[in-house]
Order: sequence, then structure tokens, then C-alpha cells
Amino acid sequence: MMRLEPRTDPSNIMIGLTPILAVLATMIFGGLLFVFLGKNPFDAIRMIFWDPLLGEHAFYYRGQILVKAAPLIMIALGLSFGFRAGIWNIGAEGQFIMGAVIGGATGLALYPMDSFIVFPLMILMGSIGGLLWGLIPAYLKIKFNANEILVSLMLVYVAFNFLVGMVTGPLRNPDGFNFPESRSFQDFPSAHNPELWSGTGIHWGVLVTLGIVIMAYIAITRHIFGFNVRLAGQAPRAAKFAGVNPNKMIAICLGLSGALAGMAGLFELTGPAGKLTTTFPVGYGFTAIIVAFLGRLHPIGILFAGLLLAVTYVGGDIIQSQLSLPKASIQVFQGMLLFFLLAVDVLVNFKIRIGKRITK
Amino acid sequence: MDISVVSLIASLIVAATPILLAATGELIVEKSGVLNLGVEGMMIMGAICGFIAAVNSGSPFVGFCIAAISGAILSLLFAILTQYLLANQVASGLALTLFGLGLAALLGHSYSGIKPPSSPKFEWFGMSDISIIGPIIFNHDLMVYFSVFLVLIVWIFLKFTRAGLILRAVGENHDAAHALGYKVIRIRVLAIMFGGACAGLGGAYLSLIRVPQWTEGMTAGAGWIALAIVVFASWKPWRLILGAYLFGGVTILQLNLQANGFAIPVSYLSMAPYLVTIVVLVIMSADRTRASVNAPASLGKIFHASS
Amino acid sequence: MKLLKTLMAGAALVVGLGGMAQAEDKTKVGFVYVGPVGDFGWSYEHNEGRKAVEEAFGDKVETMFVESVPEGADSERVMTQMALDGADLIFTTSFGYMDPTINVAKKFPNVKFEHATGYKQADNVAIYSARFYEGRSVIGHIAGHMTKTNTIGYIASFPIPEVIRGINAAYIAAKKVNPDVKLKIVWAYTWFDPAKEADAATALIEQGADIIMQHTDSPAAMTIAEEKGMYAFGQASDMKQFGPTARLSSIIDDWAPYYIARTQAVMDGTWESTSTWDGIKEGMVGIGDFSNDIPADVQASATALKEALMSGSTHSFTGPVNKQDGSAWLAAGETADDGTLLGMNFYVEGIEGSVPN
Repeated sequence: MMRLEPRTDPSNIMIGLTPILAVLATMIFGGLLFVFLGKNPFDAIRMIFWDPLLGEHAFYYRGQILVKAAPLIMIALGLSFGFRAGIWNIGAEGQFIMGAVIGGATGLALYPMDSFIVFPLMILMGSIGGLLWGLIPAYLKIKFNANEILVSLMLVYVAFNFLVGMVTGPLRNPDGFNFPESRSFQDFPSAHNPELWSGTGIHWGVLVTLGIVIMAYIAITRHIFGFNVRLAGQAPRAAKFAGVNPNKMIAICLGLSGALAGMAGLFELTGPAGKLTTTFPVGYGFTAIIVAFLGRLHPIGILFAGLLLAVTYVGGDIIQSQLSLPKASIQVFQGMLLFFLLAVDVLVNFKIRIGKRITK
Repeated sequence: MDISVVSLIASLIVAATPILLAATGELIVEKSGVLNLGVEGMMIMGAICGFIAAVNSGSPFVGFCIAAISGAILSLLFAILTQYLLANQVASGLALTLFGLGLAALLGHSYSGIKPPSSPKFEWFGMSDISIIGPIIFNHDLMVYFSVFLVLIVWIFLKFTRAGLILRAVGENHDAAHALGYKVIRIRVLAIMFGGACAGLGGAYLSLIRVPQWTEGMTAGAGWIALAIVVFASWKPWRLILGAYLFGGVTILQLNLQANGFAIPVSYLSMAPYLVTIVVLVIMSADRTRASVNAPASLGKIFHASS
Repeated sequence: MKLLKTLMAGAALVVGLGGMAQAEDKTKVGFVYVGPVGDFGWSYEHNEGRKAVEEAFGDKVETMFVESVPEGADSERVMTQMALDGADLIFTTSFGYMDPTINVAKKFPNVKFEHATGYKQADNVAIYSARFYEGRSVIGHIAGHMTKTNTIGYIASFPIPEVIRGINAAYIAAKKVNPDVKLKIVWAYTWFDPAKEADAATALIEQGADIIMQHTDSPAAMTIAEEKGMYAFGQASDMKQFGPTARLSSIIDDWAPYYIARTQAVMDGTWESTSTWDGIKEGMVGIGDFSNDIPADVQASATALKEALMSGSTHSFTGPVNKQDGSAWLAAGETADDGTLLGMNFYVEGIEGSVPN
């Protein structure tokens, strides 16, 4: 009979070891999947994990990994504070959309103004859009005790329909033959978030994300806010005695995560995506939740988790075109990776004991 | 305006049945204190497995049985992760959706473009000819009646049985339930599997009756609507029917209005059910005494016996 | 910082050179699809075109594809990846790939790109689309004859010129043979959502339509029509298996001839950036077999219409045609020019309801 026994302290060895274990397990089971699909598993695994980082064309893929990882990391960092404090914002996708819509609308309203102020203003408005959208569940929780998990989730669908209404209505490109999409930000230099160095994939969002990783690291390890967040999550009563106002905590955590998601949305819109369309949201807000947990809610962990996931996205497209595999096989592979990462996490805080319980 | 209310209701019932089935399962899961966001993934697994079974056996009944089983098996992954390995429920549920969508698409690769065996309407001995109530009530396939019957069963189970009481106790306060000697984890695993089975049935209803065919990604967000309906219903079984028919009704109504030449702002109308759900949630939560009766207090929290 | 910049500049240079890396002897052709190849509609037919290319050239060609690629940054990455992997020719098969295609094409001047249904061309970006409205005329003609309730249901996706053109073409043809015919239109605001398309078909049938036309991609409406004993037309692919009795005919996107010709042009070194808008004549728009439910005389007149469209003696939009508000559009005998058709944003006279703004 196997059972779990809590460790007194999280195991440092396991913190480093578990992700490796999970990736190895995924390689084995994913490899079996590829064998089952009639492909060479070693080729497939190499193409997913090796080629994007160190393969022949890695000089291009490395940049794309950053493009893919940046929004995931930025959103996940915002979410991690709330998750630590026991405040569950799962509506980051909605805040991501609202940030893009509000920030994007600001830019489109100023079209074709040629001024250095346009882009910063859009970033600000995008963050405010996400912030306000995040504060709705906060307000409803503080005022009416409404469950923030459910409210924030519902608001994703409201935001998506709002986006559809905007791109088929007020924000539609007047010169775009009625197609449901906005003007392209590429053709609007003061609002464009370009690749800063050609071929690197790095845009403003990537740089800001790196800055936020560092700030989040300082906040969580050195700052009283990080301490309060952890206290509120682990010992709510103690936090109260320590003078942490739970309502304020709710508002800060949801507002912060909303603002970061909104900012990520704005960077994505003005850079990689290029324009508002009904297909603009591709699930970064939901995937970021997984990234936050895979990174154990720690800024450095989130950085690596986001990069790892981004590698599988880029690698997934490589094996699709090289081995003619269906998209679904990549989804299954990623699903396995997530399951294994979540599953082995238990080893950090628990020991596996074999045999019957002796105490009690 | 010549929209027939009778046929409108009859078709909204069909549109609502998949989400009603999935929501009924999720209600039991949440009542046990577990939040499984993987409904979409379990639904689509039910849709394809039920489809494959029905096509190969020629029997929709076999299809629905297999759909329920496959949904339950997939949910077992979630159960192992969250109940035994103590992984976070939100993240595990999302991973389950991703995995389910991918696996279903893989399994279904050679099943596009096939027609499933048709499910006959249930024979009510000619009562379907009665005006008005005939088409509304007595002219559906068996699964429509089953979905309502399932709500009845769940209501009786939660309200009148000892097992239902225990389930609710586990969802309210797992530590107290554990102290009383109830097997918290075993109960939750069973609840999760029931939820998976129901979601599987809902998915199979899509692929075998409502559409009926298999296409990749065919659930198109139905699982998320099911989650919304559970909240809308404030965890009360009968209100699930109201919620599901309301969500189904908005879609059907807007399509019918359009077919009649009304210009309607589709995207804003589509927001309405979600906004209504939030309002319901707020009203319900604001009344703290009543909220505590319905919303499971331990929802989403991790349980470990020794902690 | 300086080191960083140097490294990046180096990387940029290599990206530029990447385009030069030509495949040895085989011609590599890449395809980017917006949906799953199993959608039995849009992406499915493009994939059939890819298979035809493989069949036509055998060992001389190597194809690759990626399915369900979201429009935007992901598509740009997939196209770049194909170019880096030595593709000589890349077909990007959705309107939303327009800007990404142009962007990637700039980085790889030696790779040829073909973008479907867009309007931005470049030295190494050709554009192509099909005159689907010609097919709409033929099925509109059949529908006008076959409807008993004088009501045709139309499931539309988004109010873009392409879709509005199809509605108008179908209506004009149906009205010509049946002056009492009415068109009921439902905007689904999606290209692909089987459940919603099924619901839309049900709603139209409940509102009295006995024939369903669709401009969405899944065969759901066909299945519903089969179940309810109504008629429908296959869209993009033949869809016969979904409605053996319901299917009257179909509009088939046949990309194979174009894909083969363009691949050949790359092999011969004769490829040029062109703007192609082919119809029934060139074989890009195919009309599926007629169902036996269609009376012989209607089959004959539909065939005659198809042949007239092929020979150019008839145009789908031939005057006199007024706009919906009654203002004159085409005088008697006048045919619509391509410019107006490409930007079409109005209904013709007789269609009820208004184009969603």
C-alpha cells in the first residue's frame, strides 16, 4: 500500500528533479504515441525539444519561442500572486482580450497620428482595460461575496462577444472590404510594436516581460507585499492579525493580474497579431494558468515553464510539417506533458511511503 | 412575426440537451467540493467514442453507453491527479480539456464523413399528435427524456438519500467529513467519474443526434457553457433545466429572429446569458445564509487526510 | 549590449540567407490550412489539391502542410518555418493569412507565395480565388425550380463581399425562374461550428425553407436537411455522404488544376506574381452531379446555364438588376465589373432584410 507523507520542508532536490522526471516521462509515453502513429519516435522527440533550441534553423525558432512565451509568462506572473493568496482569477483570457480591445481602440481612435506618445498611451489604456475587467470580479467578491473563479470565467465570454461586436462594428477597418477585422497596426507606425532587432523575435512585450520577471522576483522574495501574499494564502487568520486587509488583497491581486493580462494583450495585438480579429484570442489566458502552476507560482519557475511550453508549440509545428502529423497529436503530447508535470509535483511536498501507516 | 413558439421550444430543447447532461454531471462533481474545468475535454471524448461505437455496432444505445464509459475513464485521469497526487484542480481541468480535444481528434481521424445510425424518436403512443404539447413534450428522442429524468434522480439523490447527504457533507467541509469517518477521496473520485460519464453522454448527444456527425472540435465551447449553467442554477438540480433551456433558447431564438428578417446585434445578444449568470451568482451570493446552503464551501480546495 | 546587438545582426543575416537554401532537386511545396483537414469543407478541399500535386508530380515534388494554424503570429511562424525548411512555393489558404504572407514573403524573396482570397500582392506573392458566385447561380437556378414553399434558406458566415456576392448571385438566378421565391438569411458569424450550423438549418426549415444553401464550412446543415426530408447543396466539397437524398448538387472548390499549374511554373522557372480569379470555365469551381430528384428539364436548363457561364455568353450578374433600395445598378444587358463584385456590400432588389453593418 502506497501512501503520501508530508515533508516538513519542500524538497530542494525534488524542485529541480521533478520537471526533468516529467519531461522524461512525456518523452517515453509521447514516443509511444508517435510509434503508434507510425513515426520514428526519436525523430519526433528531437524535432520537438532539440530543433527549436539547437537545430539547424534554431536561430529563428529561438526568437519565436520568446514571442510565444512572453505573453504566457507575463500573464502567469500576474496570476501567481493571486493564486498564492488564494484568489483565483481564471478569466485572464478575458482581461487579455479587453486590454487589446481598449488599448487597440485608443490607438485606432488616434489613427493616423504620428507621435511617440501613441504607443505608450495604448499600453497604458490596455493595462487599464485589463485592470478594470479584473476588478469586476474583485468588486463582486468584496461587495457580494460572489465566487471570483466563476465570475472571471463568465467574463471571458462577455469579453469575447464584445470583441466580436467591436470588430464587426465600430473598430472594423473602413478600408477592409467589410472583413471582420480592424486596421493593421503594422501600417500605423506610431502604434506598432515591431520586432526590435530583425530575426530575433524580440518586441517590446518580450523586454517588458523580462523586467516584470525581475520585479516579481524581488516582490515575492524581498518585499512586504510578497510576504503578505504568501501569508494570506497560507494562514488567512494570521494575515488578518498581521494587518493584511483581505478585501484590499483581493482587489490588488485581481487588479494586478488583470492589468498584466491586458498589457500582454496589447503587446500581442500591436506586435505579433497585428490586428484585431475574431480569431485574435488563441487561449494565452488559459494556458497561462497552467504555466503559473507548472512554475510553482515562482517567477523563475514561471519563466522556465513558459519557455518550455513555448518550445513544445514551436516544436509541435515543426513535427507537423516534417512528419505530416496531425495537430491533434501535438495537443495530446502537450496534454501528457502537463499531466506529468502536475503529477510529479506532489514529490516536492510529500514523500512516498510504502507499507501501512504505523502512527495513529 | 410568424415564429412558431411551439417549434421554437421543441428545437431549443434539442439544443439544450447536451449542455444539460454535462451540467448535471458537473453539479454532482461540484457538490462534492471538486471543480473540474475539463468538461469540454470529456464531452468531446464522449462525442467521438460514442460515435465510433455507434457506427461500428449500428446501435445508438451502445454508442451512448460507450460515450459515458469513455467520459468516466478520461475523468479518472483528473481524479488521480487531483485526489491522489494533490495537483491543483484548475490547472488539471484545463490540461484535461487540452488532452481530451487532442485525443478525440486523433481517434476520430478516420471517422469524418460518416453518418451515424439514427436515433428514433420515442414513441408516446400517438400523443405527439396532440396540438401544442405534442410537439413540445411528446416528440423527442429518448435522450431528451433521459436528461430530464437524470435531473430528477440527482435531485432525489441529493435531497433524500443518505449518500447524497454524505456527498454534500464532503463538499461542505472535507475535514469534518473525514473526521466523521467518511472516505472523502473515494466519494470524490466517484463523483468525478459520474461527472465524466454525464459529460460523455452530452458529447455523444451532439455527435449522434443534434448535428449528427463527427467533426473535429465540434463541441465548440459547449463544455464551458455547462459550467456556467451549474452556477446559474446555484447548484440546484431543477434550475439546471431552466438554465440549459435559457442558454439554448437564446441561440435558437436569435437564429429564428434572423430567419424572419430581423436585424439583431448577434454578439451583444450572445453575451446576455453570461451576464445573467453573473447577476444570478451575485444575488445568490449576497444573501450569505442562503448561499451557504447551495454553494459547496470546499469547492476547489485540496484535501489530504493528514493535513 | 553591444555583443547582443552583434549576435542579433548575425542572426538577421542568416535569416535572409535562409531563403537561398534551395532544395536540391525536388520541388518543395508547403500548405498552411486554417482548419483541420477533416472539416470536409474549406481546408479539406485545399488538402485534396495538395494530394493532387503529389499525384501529378510523384517523386519530383515534396509537399508539407500544417493544419489548424491560427491567423496572426502563429501563421507567420509556420510559413517562415516552411521557407527555412526549403519550400519553393507556399500556399496560404485563408484570408486572415494576408498580412503574415506579405511579411514572410519580404524575408524570403526567392520563395514563391500564393495567398488565397486576399487582395495584397507582391513580387513573390500571387493571389488567387475562385468565382464561387458562378456556382451559386447554378444552384440558385435549381433551387428556384425545386422549392415548393418558395422559400430558400441561406446560412451565411460573415457579411463580407464574398458571401454577399454569393447571396445575390443565388437570388438573381432563383428569382429568374421563380418570381415568387424568397430568401431567408441567417448570419452564423462563424465559418465552422457544426452545432450552430445545424441549429441555423433547423431554424430556417422551421421558418418555411425547404431548400438550404450554406456559406459555412461544415456538412452539418446537409445532415439536418437529410433528417428533415428537405433539400440542400454541398458546399466546398460534394458532401454526398451526409445527405444521400437531400443533396441536390454541390459547389465544389477544385484547387487541383491551379495548384498543379503553379507548381509546374515554379519547376519551369516561369512563375510570376499573378492575380487569379477563376470560375467554372477553368475548373476551379465545380458543380457536383445532379440528384435524380431534379426533373430532366431542370437538369437540362441547369446544365445549359453552367455551359453558358463557361463559355462566357452569360454572366451571373447581367442587367437589368437594381440594388435593394430600388436604385439602378446594372442596365439591361450590362454585366457587373470585377471591381464592384470584389467590394460588393449591398443586396440586390427583392432580398428582404439588410446586410448587417
